[in-house]
Amino acid sequence: MRVLVAMSGGVDSSVAAALLVEQGHDVVGATLKLWGGDSDSGCCSVADVEDARRVAQQLGIDHHVFNLTEEFDHHVVAPYVAEHARGRTPNPCIECNRSLKFDRLLGRAERLGFDRLATGHHARVARCDGTAHLQLRRGADPLKDQSYVLSMLGQDALARVLFPVGEMTKAVVREQAHRLGLRTAAKPDSQDVCFIGSAEGREGFLSGRVELHRADVVDTDGRPAGSVDAVELVTVGQRRGMGHGGDGRRRYVTHVDVASRRVTVGSADEVVRSSVVLARHSLTWVDRPLAAGARSVAQVSAHGRPVPCTVELGDDLVVRFDDPQRPVAPGQTVALYDALDPDVVVGAGIAA
Amino acid sequence: MTYLDHAATAPLRAEVRSAMDGVHAAPLGNPTGSHPPAQRARRLLEDAREEVAAFLARDPGEIVFTSGGTESDNLAVLGVVEAALRERGEAEVLCSAVEHPAVRESARAAATLGAEVRELAVDTHGIVDLDALARTLSPRTTLVAVMTANNETGVVQPVSEVVEAVRRRAPQAWVFTDAVQAAPFLDLAELTAGADLVALSAHKVGGPVGAGALAVSPRVALLARQYGGGQERERRSGTQDVAGAVGLASALRRAGSERPVAAPRVAALRNRLCEGLLAAMDGAHRTVPAGVAVLPGHLHLCLRGVEREELLVALGAEGVCASGGSSCASGALEPSHVLAAMGVDHGLAAGAIRFTLGYSTGDADVDRALDVVPAVVAALRRRA
Repeated sequence: MRVLVAMSGGVDSSVAAALLVEQGHDVVGATLKLWGGDSDSGCCSVADVEDARRVAQQLGIDHHVFNLTEEFDHHVVAPYVAEHARGRTPNPCIECNRSLKFDRLLGRAERLGFDRLATGHHARVARCDGTAHLQLRRGADPLKDQSYVLSMLGQDALARVLFPVGEMTKAVVREQAHRLGLRTAAKPDSQDVCFIGSAEGREGFLSGRVELHRADVVDTDGRPAGSVDAVELVTVGQRRGMGHGGDGRRRYVTHVDVASRRVTVGSADEVVRSSVVLARHSLTWVDRPLAAGARSVAQVSAHGRPVPCTVELGDDLVVRFDDPQRPVAPGQTVALYDALDPDVVVGAGIAA
Repeated sequence: MTYLDHAATAPLRAEVRSAMDGVHAAPLGNPTGSHPPAQRARRLLEDAREEVAAFLARDPGEIVFTSGGTESDNLAVLGVVEAALRERGEAEVLCSAVEHPAVRESARAAATLGAEVRELAVDTHGIVDLDALARTLSPRTTLVAVMTANNETGVVQPVSEVVEAVRRRAPQAWVFTDAVQAAPFLDLAELTAGADLVALSAHKVGGPVGAGALAVSPRVALLARQYGGGQERERRSGTQDVAGAVGLASALRRAGSERPVAAPRVAALRNRLCEGLLAAMDGAHRTVPAGVAVLPGHLHLCLRGVEREELLVALGAEGVCASGGSSCASGALEPSHVLAAMGVDHGLAAGAIRFTLGYSTGDADVDRALDVVPAVVAALRRRA
C-alpha cells in the first residue's frame, strides 16, 4: 500500500513510520506546520520538524512539511479562544484531529494517491466479525490510550487510516525505537496544548487574545467567597484556587457565568452531577447511533475514568451516570464506549 | 528528472567545477600571507575579483566577496544603515514590497536599530510604483532597495528609473539593487550601472552555493558586519574563500559570454511551456501577463482548484521539480508576500507555482513538463 504517515517528530509516529516501512509499504512522511507562534512545546517547532525529517531520512523515505497554519488558526485556535471567552472549556486536540489531521490531511493524502493515512495514535481499528463495519478500539496500553481524542471519527475515516502503534504499549514503542536507533527514542511525551508555550501558560496565551475579567466567587447560597483574576480561565469542576468552605471542606466550581462575572463554588457533595447534556449538533457516531435508553460507558477527559451510564434522547442527548460524577465542563468532549465491550468507541459529543 | 527550479539553485556548471578543482590542485595558502602558496591564493582571488567587476563593469576595488546573496543583502542594508546611524544618528530605508526576505528582514532588523523603514508599493504586476517612490523620497532618505528582478515572478524592475528619481529628489541617498536572480540572463553592466550597491550570488548562475559578492561604490559609507583581520578592505573580515570566488567568477564569465544566445533560447522554451500549459489546462492564469518584462527563465502560474503543496509533491513524484514560493525555517511553504503585494486573490495564490528554466534546460524538459503537469493537475482536481 501507499501510506502517508503523519510524523510529529515524536517517538510514536517515528515508530509508526518505521513499522510501515518494515512491513514493505510504500511510505512517505509528512509533518504539519500548524502554528506560527512561539510555542516551545508540541508538534510544530523547527526542532520537532527536524526530528521528523531526520527519522524519515534514516528510514529512507521522502518527507514533506505541509503548512496548515491558516486552517489551524481557523479551526482550532480561534474557536479555542472564543470558547474560553464564553467561559467554556474546549478540547483543541479533538478539534485538530477532527478538522486538520482526519479531514484536511486525510483529503490531501487521498488526492496525492495514498491508500492510507497513518498516525502514531494509541488506538486500534478492527473489523466487526463478518461485516464491513469498522470498530474504533482503545489502544493496547491503557495508560496511553488515545481513543478519546479520536472518538469523533466515523466509518469513512476509519476505512482510510492506520494506527500502527495501537497494538503496542508505550514501553514496547520505545524499545522498538531503540532497536531501530531512532533519534526520537528517548524523547519525552508531549503534554500540553501544543500552541501554548510553557512559559506563557494558558493565562498568558489567552490574555493576549481576549480581555480577561475579574470575577466574584460566591457559594451556592450566594454568599461571597473570594474572587478570581480571570473568569475566562475557570473551569466547571475545578478545585485549584477555590480554597475551603466555612466547614473546612474543599470547594469546587459548580458554575461559571462570564456575563455577570460570577463563579459559584460548592462542596464535593454540591458539585456532583448525575448527568451531562451533549448538544445534538455535536454528536458523532463511529457506526450506528445509540438507541434511547441504551447502556454505555462515558469518558469525559483524555485520561478520565470510564463511568457506566445510560443515554436518553430528547432535543439533545442526555448521558445519565449510574453514580453522580464531578461535573463535565461545558465545551468538553464526552466519548461514549460500548457497554458490553468497553474498549469500543461508539460515538462522542460536546457538553452543552 | 526534469529540473525546472533554476531560480532556487542552478546545477553546478562543469567548467565551474573544474575551475574550482584547479584551485585545490596546487598548494593554496591564506591570501594574506607572503609565501608562494599565499601569493598564489591572492592572485587567484584578485583574478576572480577582476572577472566579477568586469561582469558589472565596475572597478575591482568595489567588489566585496561574501558567502552569498543573503550576506550581500545584509551587508548592503545594515552596513549602510549602521554607518548612517553612527554618522548622523538617523537613517531611512525605502524598500520595495516585493524584495527578497534577505532584504526585507535586514530592513526590519535596521528598524530595530533605529532606522525608519518605509515600504514602496508595487502595481498589480509587482513593479515598483515610481510615483510612490518620488513621493516618499526625502532629504532624510539613506538607502533605496529595489531588486533588479523578482525571484518569484521574474518581473524586471525599472532600476535605472529608480536611480534617476533618487538622484533628482534625494541625491544624498544610495540605491541598492539585489541582482541575484537577474544575473543569469540580464546585462547587469547596463541595468545596474547607476546603482551604488549590487548583490550577486554564485549558485543561481551555475556556480557554487556559499559564494557571492556585493559591489559597493567608493562613495558609499558602509560599516562592516563582521570584524577581524580587515580583509576585503575592512568591509568583510575573514579568510576569503578562494575556490568560491573562482567559482563565482567562472560562472559569471560563462553567463556573460553566452547571454546573447542563452536568453532568447531559454525564453523560447519558457514561452512554449507557458503556451502549452495554458492550452492544456483550464483555470490556469499567468500571474504576470504577457508584455510585462520578465526574466527569460521564469514562468509563474496560479492554478485554480489546486493547492501548491499538493501540486509540488505530486510533480516531484513524477520527477518534475518546481517551486511554490518561499519556505520558512521548518521547510513549510509560506504565503507569498510578493503575490499579496500584487493584490493576487488569496484563493488564486493558493495554487501558485513557479517553473524556472535555465542554462541546462532543453526541449526534452519542456516536453516532459507538458506531458506531466496537466495530467497531475487533472488528477488532483478530480480527487478534490
